[in-house]
Amino acid sequence: MSMSMKKQANPVPAYAFGKRRGASVLMDRLFTGLVWGVGIVVILFIIGLLFLLLEKGLPQLSWDFLYGLPSEIEEGGGIGPALFNSFYVLFISLLISIPIGLAAGIYLAEFAPNNKLIEIVRICVEGLSSVPSIIFGLFGIALFVEFFEIGLTILGAAVSLAFLNLPVLTRVTEESIRAVPVELRNASFALGSTHLQTIRRVLLPVAMNGIMTGICLTAGRAFGESAVIILTAGVSTSGEMWDFNLFSPGGTLAVHLWYVQSEAIVPDAQEIAQKTTAVLIFFALLINIVFRVPLWLNTRKNQA
Amino acid sequence: MIDMNPPSDSKAPSELGQSFAKVSGAKFDRKMRLRWSNKLFRIVCIGSALFVCLVLLCILVLMLRTGILTFSNVSLAEFFFSTNWDPENEHYGALTFILGTLALTSLTMLISIPISVVVAVFLAEMTPPWLRNLLRPVLDLLVGIPSVVYGFLGLTLLIPWLRTISGHDLADGLLAASIVLTIMVLPTISRISDDAISAVPNKYRDAAYALGANRFQTVIRVVLPAAKNGIMYAVILGMARAIGETMAVVMVIGNTAQLPNSLFTPTAVLTSNIVMQISSVEFDSTWNYGLYMMGFILLAISLLMIVAVRMLQKKGGRNS
Repeated sequence: MSMSMKKQANPVPAYAFGKRRGASVLMDRLFTGLVWGVGIVVILFIIGLLFLLLEKGLPQLSWDFLYGLPSEIEEGGGIGPALFNSFYVLFISLLISIPIGLAAGIYLAEFAPNNKLIEIVRICVEGLSSVPSIIFGLFGIALFVEFFEIGLTILGAAVSLAFLNLPVLTRVTEESIRAVPVELRNASFALGSTHLQTIRRVLLPVAMNGIMTGICLTAGRAFGESAVIILTAGVSTSGEMWDFNLFSPGGTLAVHLWYVQSEAIVPDAQEIAQKTTAVLIFFALLINIVFRVPLWLNTRKNQA
Repeated sequence: MIDMNPPSDSKAPSELGQSFAKVSGAKFDRKMRLRWSNKLFRIVCIGSALFVCLVLLCILVLMLRTGILTFSNVSLAEFFFSTNWDPENEHYGALTFILGTLALTSLTMLISIPISVVVAVFLAEMTPPWLRNLLRPVLDLLVGIPSVVYGFLGLTLLIPWLRTISGHDLADGLLAASIVLTIMVLPTISRISDDAISAVPNKYRDAAYALGANRFQTVIRVVLPAAKNGIMYAVILGMARAIGETMAVVMVIGNTAQLPNSLFTPTAVLTSNIVMQISSVEFDSTWNYGLYMMGFILLAISLLMIVAVRMLQKKGGRNS
């Protein structure tokens, strides 16, 4: 009471307060407007750009293009082998990295004691996940081209790519398993199951959501990765469709886009590049969406 | 033949539990099998974890060992302080690329940090729930767009546009590259910052509003400082991505080994120079060693950033 009495007795603060209030309301309005404006404009801008790329490329797509062999000189080359290589390299790299990544993640979450050594392992995993992709390419060259002398091959690209995927898979697995409620684990042990049974029958199924998200993230990243592939698998393909040979050159779709845009001499390079971009965006989005739909459905179900 | 009815099955019910304890050892029965598979599984897991460490160690050793060979022909001072990169004539000065990488990263961060933080505030504080649930997955999807697509976008849409605006014949250069990188890292930084801002407890906001603050004051004075560590984490991750990005940069930077005198001068950075030259050089040449040394510099920068992230996390852990 005495405070307000004093305030009323002094007219200056009341005036100042009123003025400041006006200014701060104005600032608030400006801020709100700015944030809404920037947020909407930026997101629409990026989506618009991608939409533009899709719009240029998608209508021109045909089966001949998706399935056809690339050509160096004449018009009308396709992207068949490159598209096939993309999925082939992705598949092999996941085949290598998923078991190792999962096992390493399980170790860090379940078995690892809390000591300095494990701390170092954790730093290694994080450090590896921050290594720029081109370094994996250089590593791949030194390992496969120089040491094993097998040249630029699909195998080299897939293994280098697997190294790139490893740390992400490890971290995601560790985090998802750690997030499993401790009651579930205790209940499983109380039923007399061993550690392995608990991990296989309880922890992994519950953590599967998170692990799947991680796999889909890495798959998407590996699908669009180009620096590693250029260095370890070259820019060309073997020129045949369905070439399962691990030792043939393995230019993927992302590499093909770069090659066509910057080095190729075919007259319709621009058009091929546009169509390739559209295909690339389409599959990258598809990989992400297909893996995520079950997740979204799950969270919807849990919320409801 | 496999014996489908082992003798232990024909024992009296009272003996069934006993057999488990008695018949272990020489025979490979269920208990042993369980114990053995548990041990084996543990060893496989340990092996995998060690394998991940081994990969990093191999990369580090190999990059350093190959890179260090540069200095048998080139002095340290020339490599780090000369801008003359002309391998055909035995000049190996990498300063241009190091400065180029630093300049490109700082310019990218200068553009992308303010925009990303505003987008994050927009997502976390302002949007109605339905719009938020729509935009967050969209941003997540944008993170998954291949980098070479962003490079193509810069090459075909951005550079012609920059050409008409700036009036230069060639618009390739730092500005084009940093705009492309900004578009690339923006979804990453804003989504992680968005998570950090959303993680600020609601009681902070309630307290701020109860003190009479409006939304602007609450966000600037209370929410953003509370989410500071998370935003720093997002920024460092975005920065690591920008430094290591290769293909998107190669397509728009011009790939000329010269110090840029303006934002529109073609130049080169560490990653672009490595990828453009590595396939055309002999492995056992000083040129190649120089490229590996540049790779090692990149590696060192990115590992330093991870140390920074860890220190941030430790600090954040102590505060909360």
